[in-house]
Amino acid sequence: MSSMMRGTTDNGLLAPEPDDDGAPFWEFAARGELRMQACGRCGELRFPPRPCCPRCGAFDSEWRRMTGRGSIWSYVLPHPPLLPAYAARAPYNVVVVELADAPHLRIPGNLVAAPDADIDSVDPALLCIGAPVRVTFARLAGGVVVPRWLLETS
Amino acid sequence: MALKDATAIVGIGQTPFARRLDASEKTLACRAILAALDDAGIPPSQVDALASYTMEETDEVEVAKAIGAGDVTFFARTGFGGGASCATVAHLATAIATGQASVGVAWRSRKRGSGPRPWTDTRRQLPTPAQWTRPYGLLRPVDEIAMLARRYMHEYGATRDHFFNVALACRNHAGRNPAAIMHGRPLTRETYMTSRWISEPLCLFDNCLETDGALACVVVSADRARDCRRSPVYVHAAAQGLPAQHHGMVNYWNDDPLTGPSWTAARQLWKTADFGPDDVDVAQIYDAFTPLIPLSLEGYGFCGRGEGAAFTEDGALELGGRLPVNTGGGGLSEAYVHGFNLITEGVRQLRGTSTAQVPGAATCLVTAGEGVPTSALLLRS
Repeated sequence: MSSMMRGTTDNGLLAPEPDDDGAPFWEFAARGELRMQACGRCGELRFPPRPCCPRCGAFDSEWRRMTGRGSIWSYVLPHPPLLPAYAARAPYNVVVVELADAPHLRIPGNLVAAPDADIDSVDPALLCIGAPVRVTFARLAGGVVVPRWLLETS
Repeated sequence: MALKDATAIVGIGQTPFARRLDASEKTLACRAILAALDDAGIPPSQVDALASYTMEETDEVEVAKAIGAGDVTFFARTGFGGGASCATVAHLATAIATGQASVGVAWRSRKRGSGPRPWTDTRRQLPTPAQWTRPYGLLRPVDEIAMLARRYMHEYGATRDHFFNVALACRNHAGRNPAAIMHGRPLTRETYMTSRWISEPLCLFDNCLETDGALACVVVSADRARDCRRSPVYVHAAAQGLPAQHHGMVNYWNDDPLTGPSWTAARQLWKTADFGPDDVDVAQIYDAFTPLIPLSLEGYGFCGRGEGAAFTEDGALELGGRLPVNTGGGGLSEAYVHGFNLITEGVRQLRGTSTAQVPGAATCLVTAGEGVPTSALLLRS
């Protein structure tokens, strides 16, 4: 497979293709920060990012740093047919995490066994709804950084 | 001006359904449309309104030219995949009721069976506006719905047996429908439970078919319908639904992701109807994935919140049950043509010509895709 195919990293996983609204999220992620867009006027947090506040209509916003703690809202284990890079890792997990700071901000991701581990590194038997997780950041092949999630072991 | 019973579906048509048909989508579309017009007894030259899906590949210019339509004064397309199905009829009904046109054709033609499968083709990348989901491997619609299904099971005690009830009802109905792809191929609980996973907690039989085929229907005013070849099936109510803070497929950002677009469409539908869910004789509910049925049963008010899974028990969805559903076999077992076969099956039920006829059926709910901005129709004879 071509290593520099548009939209993929050189290990074949799809890279995020940020739009104007989403770009700051990925720029903060590259610095190891999980930040969410908040209204610059009323302070309402929102996700996915968008030009204006659905509550008050203001167009100015700020990116507020999250604690990076959350819990699993739901999860799936995809099996083929899948794009080849994903099929090679199947079954892997995809989780939706509810952020502790703002439970209605649910963000999809992968639960991994260690910050640099692959998306199939967690025993599926360990996955459960409600399990507490914390964010980590993975640098994919190609230099793309995405947030990932670790089970809280405390 | 009211939409209620102002228009009627007077013709339906379809091509054969198969995993592979050789004809192009354009040819299939024309075959289905001409069959529907023939069914109605209306010459193509009288067609002046066209409606389809944004995902339909053949545009209005090509269709109008090919079938020999007259001057077209109304055309509309609706987005969001299977969410568009009922909206096509709704838009024609609105246009005809308001005098913008007189003979409308709605259609969908698709080669999803023999066409490209995007998640296996390395040369063709998935569309990636989904920057929040695709990098993590949430690649396919089934992955997105499986996420909701897992949460639904967790919150309400739904089980795989409930999803099997849905798959079985559709398969049993397909067993009576010679046009269905799964005709003659019964499903057992063991086959279901031991089939391969596609996206846990959903298995192969929780997924719709992959089908080549096309369907169409003809809409005219109630006045004109009285002179057509078939008994009219009236468009009693119609609605679309795009809920507050919805995000297509991954409704995880709605305050309550388990109350999807069906809830929004249902509120509007029942507000404008002369009857309620208890008066629906038969339902055609969009079934790209089995969990969409219990979620929709709740949304359209056939049961309370969280009761959709239990509703499927004791053969409730089967012929003779509390609410026979997808009596042609649905997307799970008849054909998956973005839900248009649910509309034509609704018409057959109200004509009394279904292969799984509900005796005396006089009212039918038809729904479009749940999980995406959707649409619905209440039909009556």
